[in-house]
Amino acid sequence: MQAVTQVTTEFVKQYWAPLLCGFAIVAILPLIVGYVVLVERKIMADMQARLGPMRVGPHGLLQPIADAVKLLIKEDIIPEDADKLVFWLAPVLSVGAALLAMAGLAIGPAFQIAKDINIGILFVVGVSALGIFGIVLGGWASNSHYSLIGALRSSAQLVSYETAAGMALVSGLLFAGTLNVTSIVQAQYDQGIWFGLLAPVAFFTYLVASIAETNRAPFDLPEAESELVAGYMTEFSGFRWSLYFLAEYTNMIVVASVATTLFLGGWLRPFPRTHWLDFLDFLPMVLMTGIGIYGLLRVPKQPARVQQLFMLAVAGMCFAAAFVLAAPVLIPFFKSSLIAAVKPYHDGILGGFWFIFKVSLYIYFFMWLRFTLPRYRFDQLMRLGWHFLIPLSIINVLVIGVAMILGSHFHLEGWQLLLTTIPASVLALIIALFILNAEQKSEPQRASGDASDTYA
Amino acid sequence: MATDTTKDAREKQKTLLGADELVLNMGPQHPSTHGVLRVKLKLDGERVIGSECMIGYLHRGVEKIAEHRTYQQFAPYVDRMDYVAAVSNGLGYCEAIEKLLMVEAPPRAKVIRTILTELQRIASHLLWLGTHALDIGALTPLFYCFREREEILKIFEKYCGARLTTHAFRIGGLQYEAYDTLEKDVERFCKAFESRITDYEELLTQNRIWLGRTKGVGILKAAEAIALGATGPVLRASGVKWDIRKAMPYAAYDQYKFEIPVGTTGDTYDRYLVRMEEMRQSRLICLQAIENIPSGPIMAKVGKVLKPPPGEVYHAIEAPKGELGYYVISDGTVQPYRVRIRPPSFVNLQAFDKMARGHLVADVVAIIGTLDIVLGEVDR
Repeated sequence: MQAVTQVTTEFVKQYWAPLLCGFAIVAILPLIVGYVVLVERKIMADMQARLGPMRVGPHGLLQPIADAVKLLIKEDIIPEDADKLVFWLAPVLSVGAALLAMAGLAIGPAFQIAKDINIGILFVVGVSALGIFGIVLGGWASNSHYSLIGALRSSAQLVSYETAAGMALVSGLLFAGTLNVTSIVQAQYDQGIWFGLLAPVAFFTYLVASIAETNRAPFDLPEAESELVAGYMTEFSGFRWSLYFLAEYTNMIVVASVATTLFLGGWLRPFPRTHWLDFLDFLPMVLMTGIGIYGLLRVPKQPARVQQLFMLAVAGMCFAAAFVLAAPVLIPFFKSSLIAAVKPYHDGILGGFWFIFKVSLYIYFFMWLRFTLPRYRFDQLMRLGWHFLIPLSIINVLVIGVAMILGSHFHLEGWQLLLTTIPASVLALIIALFILNAEQKSEPQRASGDASDTYA
Repeated sequence: MATDTTKDAREKQKTLLGADELVLNMGPQHPSTHGVLRVKLKLDGERVIGSECMIGYLHRGVEKIAEHRTYQQFAPYVDRMDYVAAVSNGLGYCEAIEKLLMVEAPPRAKVIRTILTELQRIASHLLWLGTHALDIGALTPLFYCFREREEILKIFEKYCGARLTTHAFRIGGLQYEAYDTLEKDVERFCKAFESRITDYEELLTQNRIWLGRTKGVGILKAAEAIALGATGPVLRASGVKWDIRKAMPYAAYDQYKFEIPVGTTGDTYDRYLVRMEEMRQSRLICLQAIENIPSGPIMAKVGKVLKPPPGEVYHAIEAPKGELGYYVISDGTVQPYRVRIRPPSFVNLQAFDKMARGHLVADVVAIIGTLDIVLGEVDR
């Protein structure tokens, strides 16, 4: 009996935190995604000379909730000729894979669900790639031509760009020497430089490939609304549709987190070991306070009392966040004996801020591209993948390897490694462009119609 | 692409892997068929091996209605054909009936007509640019284009009270005198528009993806374009310098200097460039016209009851989308015996199959966009 209790306690001790985190992800992520969508619509509106959602709550701040309620109470339509079981399963599969991938990510040194899995990054990439089954099956089960074409496009696209993304990750992992998420960030701290700077070509390749993988513009062909209505999601409506939507945005967060972890120093602040830049620790606090003050100033301008109160609450939340972010930085100022005690909180809280900040920037870049660029055509997308990105990423792995050997030969460390990796990256780019050029010369200007290898 | 093979050979071509061809029904409810066009696409994978345009979903019998209305009563109906260029439609109809009546609008009316029609051309091209870019996946130009189009619609609203189906002109001239600040409004718009159009070009003209999506897509050679009866920017992009404003001047166009932009290859990119340049030229025409608006009456002497002498007349104008022709037969009564309308969109749409064959599904929406069709005009 005693043993059982002990085992149970151990179990609870070991697992309660991850379980809680898991529940938090499943419960809170849809809300976060809702607000990412709101932010996207607001940024889009700003770039397009309009206001965006303004009706629900002050400046449309409650729009995601209204949207969610609307989607939940919509009629659940399953087409008559659809394969009902697969139709039901597909969106669940998609969103399940996306949410599962979140488990392998570390937001700060302390915030991780699947703690210290040694295959970290590989797990995330592998699991998130499973989401494609949801798309292919959903498109097939709908029994609609638009859905089918969308699903086929998606599968071909994912296979092509997953390769490039994987090879790009390998270039980064060469520096880290580990797949473990926490150790990767630690390696960047030890080197004092982000791997994105050491392997810029790999970062660029991953950036492009990750846009394609998450089906975002300009690579959003599987759901290209002007061509395929909504691609694989055409027949889905209401809650099922929102599950796909959730999966897409969760996937965006996942790829952004992977890129942040491997290339942008994870939860480390910029230049983590340059001590004269320590004042950057105050930046989060100042930023949140600034937003809070701006919110306060906006309060009198709200038309209704409810909206004023809401704005006040938003400002209050910003101040609370600023307080939390300030505590670990300011306490050592007043009582230097507490430095050691505060250290874990310092890393955890400020790290969390930096991580989310970088992920946000990455996602902002996605959005920016979406509002700026037209969409690729399918054969062009395939050509870009197979003729440029994949050769580039493979060559990059080779030259980065050589650069690292040279680096260790000359005992270069940290920033000094740039001496070898930058020429190597340039070399990789030149070779890849040369291949692309030769490729284009070898096949005489084919008209777009000749797309016999479209799904190759 | 197999433009050089004969049609029969193309009909017989085999699909990849010998698979069955996929019939994709695009429209009438589809985000990028610009209304209610229905295209039946035969696909091999994503390659178009055949297409059929099905029209008529917006048929309202405009030509038949004309036979049961007086000449004046029918005028507002033509606004509802090409509803994004209502002013041009009205101009064509009014001038056709004036020809039939053998009267001419006074110079002042002619100049104001020219200004408003050229503004309408800009508005129509802006709508084309926005939706065309949206079809190809660029979301943002649409909103910029609508912002500028809004300024033009405001001028229309100030002039005649309506924004879309304006019924701006009357047979014999104008009903309304130009409002006080018309010149100033047009000038302000034209001044601002110059930098705006550069903004659009910055977003698209040199954009690699845009070039990839439009260059070499939907090529229409000059001979083919003429054979298919294409007019307007579709014809001019193929390299044929034909513009009714120059060839058979109407309204006040013979007083103004402007260029007719032509393309070389006749692909989607050329049509894009031609229309962009046309907007610039229209802007110049507007600027020239407001310089010197003659004073005088705005209405010619036409009776309250119009009874044109028996006879027939064909009058064509260069509408934003191409040659818009009215063929009117009068039997001497107050109602036309027959009105036949030659809509540019309808004729240009004939070229669709020729342009789309051998291309991918994504190109189909680009080609529909580049033809700049309005289904209200195709179906009438």
